[in-house]
Amino acid sequence: MNEGSKKTIRTLCFAVLGMFTFSFALVPLYNVFCEVTGLNGKIELRATNVKNIEIDNGRDVSVQFVSHNNEEMPWTFKPSEDNIQIKTGKYHTATFYVKNTTNKKMVAQAIPSVAPSNAAAHLKKLECFCFEQQELAPGEEALLPVRLIFDDELPSSINSVVLSYTIFDVTDYNDVEFTQHHNDDHHAGHEMEPSI
Amino acid sequence: MSAVIESHNHDDHHHGPTKGLTRWLYTTNHKDIGSLYLWFSFAMFLIGGAMALVIRAELFQPGMQIVEPEFYNQMLTLHGLIMVFGAVMPAFVGLANWLVPMMVGAPDMALPRMNNLSFWILPFAFLVLLSSLFMEGGAPNFGWTFYAPLSTTYAPPSVTFFIFSVHIMGASSIMGSINVIVTIMNMRAPGMTLMKMPLFVWSWLITAYLLIAVMPVLAGAVTMMLMDIHFGTSFFNAAGGGDPVLFQHIFWFFGHPEVYIMILPAFGIASHIIETFSRKQLFGYASMVWAMASIAILSFVVWAHHMFTVGLPLAAELFFMWATMLIAVPTGVKVFNWVTTMFKGSITYETPMLFAIAFVVLFTIGGFSGLMLAITPADFQYHDTYFVVAHFHYVLVPGSIFSIMAAVYYWIPKWTGNMYDERLGKLHFWLSFIGVNVTFFPQHWIGLAGMPRRIPDYALQFADWNMISSVGAFLFGASQILFLFIVLKTVMGGKKATPEVWEGSRGLEWTVESPAPYHTFTTPPKVN
Repeated sequence: MNEGSKKTIRTLCFAVLGMFTFSFALVPLYNVFCEVTGLNGKIELRATNVKNIEIDNGRDVSVQFVSHNNEEMPWTFKPSEDNIQIKTGKYHTATFYVKNTTNKKMVAQAIPSVAPSNAAAHLKKLECFCFEQQELAPGEEALLPVRLIFDDELPSSINSVVLSYTIFDVTDYNDVEFTQHHNDDHHAGHEMEPSI
Repeated sequence: MSAVIESHNHDDHHHGPTKGLTRWLYTTNHKDIGSLYLWFSFAMFLIGGAMALVIRAELFQPGMQIVEPEFYNQMLTLHGLIMVFGAVMPAFVGLANWLVPMMVGAPDMALPRMNNLSFWILPFAFLVLLSSLFMEGGAPNFGWTFYAPLSTTYAPPSVTFFIFSVHIMGASSIMGSINVIVTIMNMRAPGMTLMKMPLFVWSWLITAYLLIAVMPVLAGAVTMMLMDIHFGTSFFNAAGGGDPVLFQHIFWFFGHPEVYIMILPAFGIASHIIETFSRKQLFGYASMVWAMASIAILSFVVWAHHMFTVGLPLAAELFFMWATMLIAVPTGVKVFNWVTTMFKGSITYETPMLFAIAFVVLFTIGGFSGLMLAITPADFQYHDTYFVVAHFHYVLVPGSIFSIMAAVYYWIPKWTGNMYDERLGKLHFWLSFIGVNVTFFPQHWIGLAGMPRRIPDYALQFADWNMISSVGAFLFGASQILFLFIVLKTVMGGKKATPEVWEGSRGLEWTVESPAPYHTFTTPPKVN
């Protein structure tokens, strides 16, 4: 086989490996792309750096809260208020009521989504129950808080925003990891309010 | 590699194939491997076709009569996977094996032993896939697009075997494409510059590059599925921070170039056949090459037109709509060139030409329904209806598959040394032509009227056209048995073919005798 063929083969093998790597690189690229552009209604699952984005002359925005149970997740999960009026640049705390209706200990994870999607980049959360998993004993209930603010750059065409949470049953999903995490910092930084 | 070449020098120049079954098992001859690929793909075509007939039999009347819905879903999934990865792609690789070395004046493919490997792993891939039918929980049932979480959280246990078989198919395709590219780039006869290459060679060079680019992405997608299912990762699981929509992006980043992988070699075949039977030089050779290259490049930036309804932002919907419509320009150039080649030609209508003309006409119909689907707001209605089914079957059946049949009729005298039975060939064409249109044209209408795809039952108002469609499907299916008969008859005997076979045939493969000797161009020909 001549040198030219060997060179072509080498190049092609690298291309194959490169494209295989690229397919995995698509995962972080996709998330970064969604976060930067706020497309897909994705919001970060961690608190925004605390900096002063509060202002006084904000405009009115209507926020609707929606809750979903994924698949056969048996918990009761609903917003305390369906609809609130808030001003941009002002913090507001909303709560979701949650109850473990089963007779076994369960762990849940809530995943947020924002519509319209271009509002996502302007919705900042200081704290949210979606930042961590929730563990409830049988029959236990709780009020889960989310502390949010819209920055002043929210496009003027947006007067109404839907903040939706889907709650997933993750009890069996990563049991070991959770138990470990749970024992490490029990109650430390636990944002869940005491049972009502 | 050098050992192979040395042994050729020692042997008698005219030595033929070894005898017996091991000939096929151990062969490194591009013609043998080409035949293996073609027979394998025909077997898969019949199996996938039988599954299509199960689907059409169930849809003959509304209500559930023949199969359970779960089994219907398995048939639907396997039909798609087998036709795409088992029938169309291996058939084109088989044609490439037979023709590319002869067309560029090379003695064989560049990597003959890898060529043997890339074929012989394929039967195992499909054995694994088909064996899942007999496993607990049944075969994959999530559609050939295997969207997560259908193919992860809700998949039957056999999904792991499906993933394994896709890995093998991918490895086979990647090895095949490396072989084709190395052969074309390094083993052309002296004087054959890139822009003198036959268009089938050009079409396969571009196809092979597409395969190199996207088959690893498919391998990545199924690997992520495997990790989600067995290793607790959350690539596509929202509960763990993943995103099911990400699966669709990765899948279609592979999937859209994949559909051009299944049509570009057809463009090459149609160009050769139309040129020969019009007895004119092909109109616009250079523009044909550039059109194929532009289609290939554009195929990487249109994937999200399969996903208009997932909730893309307006800017993305517009971008993917316009990028998709842009593909109509190079495709239109090709159709224009084919028609212009025929214009004022001395056309005769032998079977390959009939298939090639039907290809141009019916592929164009499929292209037009593709343009309709590209219109984002309209797609919200068409999405996941039978209109989509009609569209992609028009580009794949009378597109890719007609081109493969045209190629078989066109080159089989070169392969076997015998002419096929022209009368039976024409009969096969007309039965297939009528069958394909009766099957798929009514699906446009029931799709526009709102019949969803992938559902085993339907509302009463769709009953008439579904019945007609099923009748067409059985006609088309039965006519392929005739095709098998014609091919076998030609292999057994028939009128002897001359080296040039067709009046006015052009290209190096027609300069060797018919049937083509076991070894051709051991000394490279001179190309002016």
